[in-house]
Amino acid sequence: METFRLSLNLLRRDWRAGEWRVLLLALVLAVGSLSTVGLFADRVRQALWQQATSLLGADMRITSTRALPPTYREMAEGRGLRAVESRTFPSMVAYREQVLLAEIQAVETGYPLRGQIEIDDGAGLLTGRGGEREAQSLIPSRGTVWADERLMRRLDLRVGEEVGLGTQRFVVAARIVKDIDQTLGFASFAPRVLMNEADLAATGLLQEGSRIAYRLMVAGEAEQVAALRAQWLPRLSGNERLENVTDARPEIRTALERAEHFLGLAALTAAILAGVAMALTARRYVARHLDGCAVMRCMGAQQGQVLRLFLYQFVLVGFLAVLAGSLLGYVTQAMLIESIASMREAGLPQPGMLPVLKAGVSGFALLIGFAFLPLLQLRRVSPLRVLRREMGLPAVSGWLIYGLAILVLAILFLWQAGSLKLGLTVLGGLLAGLLVFGVLAWLLLQGLARHVYLSGARHALNNLARHGRSAAVQVVALSLGGMALLLLTLVRGDLLQSWQGKLPADTPNRFVVNIQPDQRQAVLDFVEAQKLPPPRLLPMVKGRLLAINERAINGESYADPRAQGLVEREFNLSYADNMPQWNELVSGRWWASSDEVAGQLSVEEGIARTLGIRLGDELTYDVAGSRFSARVTSLRKVQWDSMQVNFFVIGTQRLLQDYPSSYLTSFYLPPDKVRAGDELVRVFPNLLVIDTGAAIAQVRNIIAQVTQTVGAVFLFTLLSGVVVLYAALLSTQDERVQQVAILRTLGADSAYLRRLHMGEFAVLGLLSGLFAAAGAALTGWVLARHVLEIPYQSNSLVWLTGVLGGMVLVMLAGWLNTRRLTEMSPMRILREE
Amino acid sequence: MATIVRAVKLSKQVLSGELPLIILHEINFEVAAGESLAIVGASGSGKSTLLGLLAGLDVPSSGSVWLAGADMFALDEDGRASVRGELAGFVFQSFQLLPALTALENVMLPLELRGAADARQRAELSLRQVGLSARAHHLPKHLSGGEQQRVALARAFVSQPKILFADEPTGNLDAATGAQIIDLMLELNRVQGTTLILVTHDELLSRRCGKQLRLEAGRVVEL
Repeated sequence: METFRLSLNLLRRDWRAGEWRVLLLALVLAVGSLSTVGLFADRVRQALWQQATSLLGADMRITSTRALPPTYREMAEGRGLRAVESRTFPSMVAYREQVLLAEIQAVETGYPLRGQIEIDDGAGLLTGRGGEREAQSLIPSRGTVWADERLMRRLDLRVGEEVGLGTQRFVVAARIVKDIDQTLGFASFAPRVLMNEADLAATGLLQEGSRIAYRLMVAGEAEQVAALRAQWLPRLSGNERLENVTDARPEIRTALERAEHFLGLAALTAAILAGVAMALTARRYVARHLDGCAVMRCMGAQQGQVLRLFLYQFVLVGFLAVLAGSLLGYVTQAMLIESIASMREAGLPQPGMLPVLKAGVSGFALLIGFAFLPLLQLRRVSPLRVLRREMGLPAVSGWLIYGLAILVLAILFLWQAGSLKLGLTVLGGLLAGLLVFGVLAWLLLQGLARHVYLSGARHALNNLARHGRSAAVQVVALSLGGMALLLLTLVRGDLLQSWQGKLPADTPNRFVVNIQPDQRQAVLDFVEAQKLPPPRLLPMVKGRLLAINERAINGESYADPRAQGLVEREFNLSYADNMPQWNELVSGRWWASSDEVAGQLSVEEGIARTLGIRLGDELTYDVAGSRFSARVTSLRKVQWDSMQVNFFVIGTQRLLQDYPSSYLTSFYLPPDKVRAGDELVRVFPNLLVIDTGAAIAQVRNIIAQVTQTVGAVFLFTLLSGVVVLYAALLSTQDERVQQVAILRTLGADSAYLRRLHMGEFAVLGLLSGLFAAAGAALTGWVLARHVLEIPYQSNSLVWLTGVLGGMVLVMLAGWLNTRRLTEMSPMRILREE
Repeated sequence: MATIVRAVKLSKQVLSGELPLIILHEINFEVAAGESLAIVGASGSGKSTLLGLLAGLDVPSSGSVWLAGADMFALDEDGRASVRGELAGFVFQSFQLLPALTALENVMLPLELRGAADARQRAELSLRQVGLSARAHHLPKHLSGGEQQRVALARAFVSQPKILFADEPTGNLDAATGAQIIDLMLELNRVQGTTLILVTHDELLSRRCGKQLRLEAGRVVEL
């Protein structure tokens, strides 16, 4: 208790002397950035999730070809989840003399659970929630239906007119402008009509044997939905299919994952920077407290007491910093949400406390990892130091100090990145980079001092070389700060631009499926007549996977429902001579045309993992009653968010060309030519034309939000970078003060001292700038190649800005820091500094 | 009078490169309670090393030191710290005041380390004794060298030590200020009945002590 009180007193006194400022600032920024990102990412995730769920109209749903047992709904409602049901079936819609096959969905009040349907009732836009005018009803009122654009266009129908559905006639009360709850997996091709469930019985459309999709949709708390999923899964019968966002379109899932990884990395960068700033400050703190500790040991303080004295202070400061950082994080994320229109309007729920807690724990972990061991050294200061000032820090194994910091970083990375591979890759890269930069800096400083004979720079270079180790540490720390700045200003813009560029304006938004071999030329001619660029027709063979390495498989061979679903239906196989664009070889090799004698297959790595297929396995397929077997000679990674036609399994041409096949293609249909799509279906009634415009918009939306978010999150990285720069300059300040005093005593004038300092800072700035640019370019490359999966374009501006900016910035900061020293008398310097 | 400090065959040697370098060679002496001893000798004769060993700040290569009956090197580091806390006060050439603490806080520190409840009052009294009450709330950097050493004296005597170890207490001061500090130190020493062990170059100062111990190349040449 006495020690605690003394510790408080010492803290108060040191606080007054400003000893804690930088460490506190670094820690506040670390916790601030982690909690901002944590809270913000939590809410962004919710926003993105909301958008993704709006495609489902729910958080999760079960679709079945038979009526669903009421127990499913009871389970959902028992967990406090909202639930609605709908029935969807194909039927003819009659209008005047025309009839058109449409997908009719009968919905009950409460639908949709997620997302908004936008309709136009002829008097303006209406949305389910909010919007220009409040919708009177979320679903069509009785006796009316809502029809989508395609139906209205194809029948030349207008709002207010009547259509026939079964035995009943309905007024088309509105046109659906923005639809939700579309069937996943590109199967939704027919025009859609939404009607009130209460009207369904009267239409007489539901007969014995009708093809009806019964659907139960649920939404509510994420944990409850997850628990319900676990509860439902084992009960599902063969004709019941469970879908949630993670089962949803791979392209959206991929974009979401990329977004989360990118944000997580941005936050961790800020945390590492703060850690480095803390390590630098802690080093200085310890160096400045050696004498005090020795005096206390002289006065009879025991080692444990000394340790406790400082430990309590650290814990207290940590606690204050975590509190302030959390508050900062909360306020910042709230301001961010306010500043991004789409998020403000989304009416996001308040974030939970978990991200704040996580940031707080991470803050303490950083404090322990980076500042604790130096602190531990204070305990072992020899009391003899009071007589022999030259006695430095007691030796603590460098491995121990760095090891603990690395361990803490590793744990933080794994925890925050949520992915072992990603965490280890980034951490490994970072450590290797730091080590290489440190060694390079040391070698360069020694080399420059030995081989550069510029009279002005000579003393500066010698001086740096003499302090080789601390100068190298300073260069590395300055490079880290600089790297953050460069990443923020230059690389980020390039990266995000390229990511957005991945979905150019003419990304295909129509997929045409089921083109028969004899229709190929006609379809190409049709597209050409519409003055659209000629599309590539890709062959498609439907086959069912029967065996892997002659071991027969079926749905029961797998526990994973996704794997069960995959083997129970037919695969779309394709063949090609060259690997399609947006595909990347992961293992094995792509075939040359001479290899084709033996059949070969290339499998997408995700599906290979799901089905337990490895390179070299022999797969047996059944295609239209005849079998073939072929070896897997390569695994591919497919970029689903490229929105291109992609295949899970591709074979050699000779292997598949003789089987019955159809063709599919994709192309971009500009808004002013949408009727061409309808025309295509009219001319070739067997074709399925799938509109993927909504999914593209969704992915674009995710990218746009992440772009805005990353900008804000990087602000913390920027601040942390500045703190590191400051701490790095401060780290040699005490030494510099001593040196100035001695040099002044020996007769050095201010001009000499200024030249000496500016020379040193110029060299430090130059090296740091160079390393910062290298680090930023390397990080940019890694992010481009492995996180965003876009081609990396190097930007020479990064190097120029790094080198020049580094020199100017470090020289300026150094000048501000040492300006006073060069003008003071040596006596005053020694006394006051 | 009872012996309070006793050194028995005290030796210290270190490795200088490959060769052993003898710094102190079998030093034997005793100091009675209340006496004053000046350790004198040229630079590098081993004065400060001897002081460090006597106070238990360093460990010898062989031999022993007894402080008030306690065998210092039979104790561990913390045990020695404990004995120092009970018995010893220190004054150093470089003052060794904590820069972030005011004069008063520096004087309070040894009492606070022991958890004394009346630390402030006793520290104020001690500062008054060295004539620095008016400067109590100044930071060391705002005090002159003489004032800093007076604060150090106040800090050394505030816990009423039985032994005061002083390492060149006037080494950083001009002659006049140095003389004042010596007067003050000897006066406090007399009033409190403290045993004084002092390392100095200053022959004049050494003659004001009851005993002198002269070192040459690590050996006692005169006692």
